[in-house]
Amino acid sequence: MNPATRSNDLPTLIVVGNGMVGHHCIEQLIANGALGQYRILVFGEEPQRAYDRVHLSEYFNGSDSEALAMSDAALYRQPGLTLHLGTPVLEIDRVRREVITTRGAFAYQRLVLATGSYPFVPPIAGAEGEARLLYRTLDDLDGIRAAARGKRRGVVVGGGLLGLEAANALKSIGLQAHVVEFAPRLMPVQLDEFGGAALKQRIQELGVGVHLSRATQSITAGSEYRYRMNFAAGEFLETDLIVFSAGIRPQDALARACGLKLGECGGVAVDDLCLTSDPAIHAIGECAAWNDSVFGLVAPGYQMARSVAAQLCGLVDMSAPFRGADMSTRLKLLGVDVGSIGDAHAAQPGARSYRYIDEATASYRRLVVAADGKRVLGAVLVGDNSYYDTLLQYAQNGIEPPEDPASLIMPAGGGAPALGVDALPDSATLCSCHNVSKGAVCAAIDGGCTDVAAVKACTRAGSGCGGCAALLKQVVEHELSVRGIAVDKSLCEHFAHTRQELFHFVSVEGIERFEELLARHGKGRIGCDICKPAVGSILASCWNRPITEPALIPLQDTNDTFMANMQKNGTYSVVPRIPGGEITPDGLIAIGAVAKKYDLYTKITGGQRIDLFGAQLHELPEIWSELIAAGFETGHAYGKSLRTVKSCVGSTWCRYGVQDSVAMALRLENRYKGLRSPHKIKFAVSGCTRECAEAQSKDIGVIATENGWNLYVCGNGGMRPRHAELFATDLSDESLVRTIDRLLMFYIRTADKLQRTSVWRESLEGGLDYLKAVILNDSLDLAAELEAQMQRVVDRYQCEWANALQDTEKLKRFRTFVNQQGGDPEIRFVRERGQRRPARDEELGALANTEENPA
Amino acid sequence: MSSSETLHSGNALAWQPVCRQTDLVANSGVVVRLGDEQIALFYLPETEQQVFAVGNRDPKSAANVIGRGLLGQLAGELVIASPLYKQHFRLSDGGCLEYPEQRLKVWPARLREATVEIASRGDEKPA
Ligand code: SRM
Ligand SMILES: Cc1cc2nc3c(=O)[nH]c(=O)nc-3n(C[C@H](O)[C@H](O)[C@H](O)COP(=O)(O)OP(=O)(O)OC[C@H]3O[C@@H](n4cnc5c(N)ncnc54)[C@H](O)[C@@H]3O)c2cc1C
Ligand code: SF4
Ligand code: FES
Repeated sequence: MNPATRSNDLPTLIVVGNGMVGHHCIEQLIANGALGQYRILVFGEEPQRAYDRVHLSEYFNGSDSEALAMSDAALYRQPGLTLHLGTPVLEIDRVRREVITTRGAFAYQRLVLATGSYPFVPPIAGAEGEARLLYRTLDDLDGIRAAARGKRRGVVVGGGLLGLEAANALKSIGLQAHVVEFAPRLMPVQLDEFGGAALKQRIQELGVGVHLSRATQSITAGSEYRYRMNFAAGEFLETDLIVFSAGIRPQDALARACGLKLGECGGVAVDDLCLTSDPAIHAIGECAAWNDSVFGLVAPGYQMARSVAAQLCGLVDMSAPFRGADMSTRLKLLGVDVGSIGDAHAAQPGARSYRYIDEATASYRRLVVAADGKRVLGAVLVGDNSYYDTLLQYAQNGIEPPEDPASLIMPAGGGAPALGVDALPDSATLCSCHNVSKGAVCAAIDGGCTDVAAVKACTRAGSGCGGCAALLKQVVEHELSVRGIAVDKSLCEHFAHTRQELFHFVSVEGIERFEELLARHGKGRIGCDICKPAVGSILASCWNRPITEPALIPLQDTNDTFMANMQKNGTYSVVPRIPGGEITPDGLIAIGAVAKKYDLYTKITGGQRIDLFGAQLHELPEIWSELIAAGFETGHAYGKSLRTVKSCVGSTWCRYGVQDSVAMALRLENRYKGLRSPHKIKFAVSGCTRECAEAQSKDIGVIATENGWNLYVCGNGGMRPRHAELFATDLSDESLVRTIDRLLMFYIRTADKLQRTSVWRESLEGGLDYLKAVILNDSLDLAAELEAQMQRVVDRYQCEWANALQDTEKLKRFRTFVNQQGGDPEIRFVRERGQRRPARDEELGALANTEENPA
Repeated sequence: MSSSETLHSGNALAWQPVCRQTDLVANSGVVVRLGDEQIALFYLPETEQQVFAVGNRDPKSAANVIGRGLLGQLAGELVIASPLYKQHFRLSDGGCLEYPEQRLKVWPARLREATVEIASRGDEKPA
């Protein structure tokens, strides 16, 4: 039977609100088979499909609304489910059982309210326009962005969790940010006095102004900035825009108007089953008041959504009643860890507190313990959330604290007995977003899951706010090892070996081809996109044959295959090597000429060189032959290999320089260029301790001293920055190179696939001392071998592009189509700021009628 | 595609030469253009079918790049990983392992003498 026609006979279920909780309810309904029982209509006031409001601020850091969406659009396109966006429900007619919208009236049999909440704006004269911005929806953020254009200062009213997040957002779009809070401390709900003070200090250090105990009385025109906020006693603060984040109120307007019972402080009153005073209507999420309280977090809302979805589908055993929720939170605000667990204010009678205050680093921890000392009631953390998981487990699971409870919050190293994951009871909730207990994780493992990804897919643990990821991983790995299941470190389904083991086979057995390694040590005949590039990299590290050799080509990711980085529209970028960032005027002109000829978008990179974007596959060989003729070599911007050696100008020009940092950078870049490794490697050389080349943020950092060079290792920027560590001091040129040879080759031999030096270093048992022993004191008797291996790679270096250009067979690969010449006619560009860039979707229609694409 | 109707009427597939065997790259992909259609051809000499033809457009990025992806085998299925966002498509029916709503077109393909032929059925295989 066609489900679309059948669903007309089904009762109608209407969900009002397509926010996080409304969406979760739909997902749960679908999973419970509701589409066979109801025709479902969803009305959402916002123009977008449900998105991840918790990560709203990422919208300012480059995420677009689609990246924040909670689901693929396809979810709502299923037969029997209709989503009306941009369609507020205006009224509920409970007698006729209809909702009234701008699109007309729709009858329901069951109704779920998930209208969330709205920001509260205190009544202040003059709070309007750009002095009355909000921070709740994507539209609000667009509004803030528009208001901030060309402005200098922004103020957030409200120093709670969301206010601080809004302040961070203002800062991230380049405004000087201030927070004005009515209470005498920040985050008054979650933190106590000392916690608030520590947080204030940290936040001020970041350059955000904090003004406490200030009530804004009126907003008038300013003299230096657009607005002036007037406080008591003639105090004031001037600003260009004002964002209100002074608390939220449940969105209960519909319920109020149709006479549903409300909670004492607002919100649609619901019982344990999330039923309102009308048995046909449920309310869930932030609009619902259970026991007269509303819950401003997503996890309790999800709990309600699950319960209601199960009830509506008649799944009695799954419809666990809602009995309140844990409001513990852990966040990173402006880069500062803040955590609040349970009874943070020691409100329970007889509760005792332990406090740890570190004024030097503005860290604060408070532990609240029951009168009998046998239970942890709550905690406050500022500055270091590494204590959060353990304390939360103590509090939630009633685990008895140690005899001296203070040891739980003492700095690590003070011998605090960290709570092993085996101490957790089965009932312990690991993931509160999806309500997954340790028991459920164990069951998933017993049911055949053998890694975190499988457990995640099976239980959904970790797929909400992500806050439980670390704990989940610990539990999974612990439970696997308890069951005698080796934690699976296999590369992929074709190799039951680690990268390190494969490296060993390749180098000891002299294997030079993937097929040979697969036949001897793997499974199947084809491999996959995990093992092929990993083995390709190992083969290159060991033997350094040109990666365009026919046997090696099928192993490479597209970037290595075509020796260029693929961009979002299928074109490539071209990066010639510019060792140390030193380039002659003729070199610059040559690059400029090529860029101009091929109309390539040109940009100076963060690595002191020049990137040319927008080349089509068939253009790459011509572009490279011109660059090579002008004396350039490939920059390996596409490879897991040496990227750049950044340099400062050093003693040649700089009044402070003590060594020739440019010459050393050139020497190092020319030595290690072309070295393939588990991940990319970056170097920098600074001419003195002022460190203009930022060497301490590199895999290999070199800083000149009066007597030679200090070597720093295993730093990086990127997703998780890590400072490099001082490894050896006052090295001569020769010993510097020898040390780097050994260290890099040891890394290449022993690291995991796609592991940067920083992560590798952190995973080394024995830490830095061990590494020093191996590299500097040759404790494994390996040094000579490592140096020889590096020398072989260095000796075999050739520019891959020069090599490929000499071989017509290899060049055949650079054809967009093998049956016709030219490029892909569907690649379209527009011009912006004097250069070409890929056309966006919405620009394509207009282009099709006007411009012919140069093929 | 108009050709699909003619195909459905009879069982005989209309085979059409698209390039030479020497244009193929073993264990990797190349692309041919037929009319407005871009077709990625993968050559796996060790398998029974040897040549596979699927749509070149990556549904996720809307870029024409599938032919430049990496071939592999996952749980016994031959797959191509998109070079941009790395999702996997089965060569057999174009279905995507990670996102069922994404799908590549699939054409019957074969090697005849030294010529690559595909059957010009511009339709998805029924799942
Ligand atoms: C072009 C450039 C940005 C720019 O316009 O300045 C750039 C562009 C890309 N970066 Fe980067 N990164 C560039 C400097 C950096 C830097 C700064 C630096 O090197 O001083 C960093 C942080 C420093 C570091 O790596 O420690 C950086 C951290 C990353 C990361 C995160 C790495 C990490 O370990 O967390 C990635 C992702 C990855 O490699 O997996 C990445 C990946 C990329 C990729 C390759 C993404 C991709 O796969 O398409 C970008 C493509 C470049 C292209 O097509 O040519 N890029 N990238 C810079 C090229 C430098 C160069 O000349 O080679
Ligand atoms: C910046 C920010 C950061 C946050 N960080 C966290 C965090 O770290 N952890 C955490 O747990 N929580 C966090 N929250 C709170 C979390 O986002 C909410 O708890 C969650 O979104 C509540 O879901 P909801 O569906 O009840 O409400 P919402 O997500 O607000 O959705 C309600 C939807 O209903 C719509 N609606 C309202 N009235 C109508 C009507 N009459 N007709 C049709 N549609 C209507 C609204 O437009 C809205 O789209 C944060 C919130 C913000 C704003
Ligand atoms: S690091 Fe030292 S030598 Fe190099 S530019 Fe800066 S101040 Fe000059
Ligand atoms: S607690 Fe949010 S994803 Fe697990």
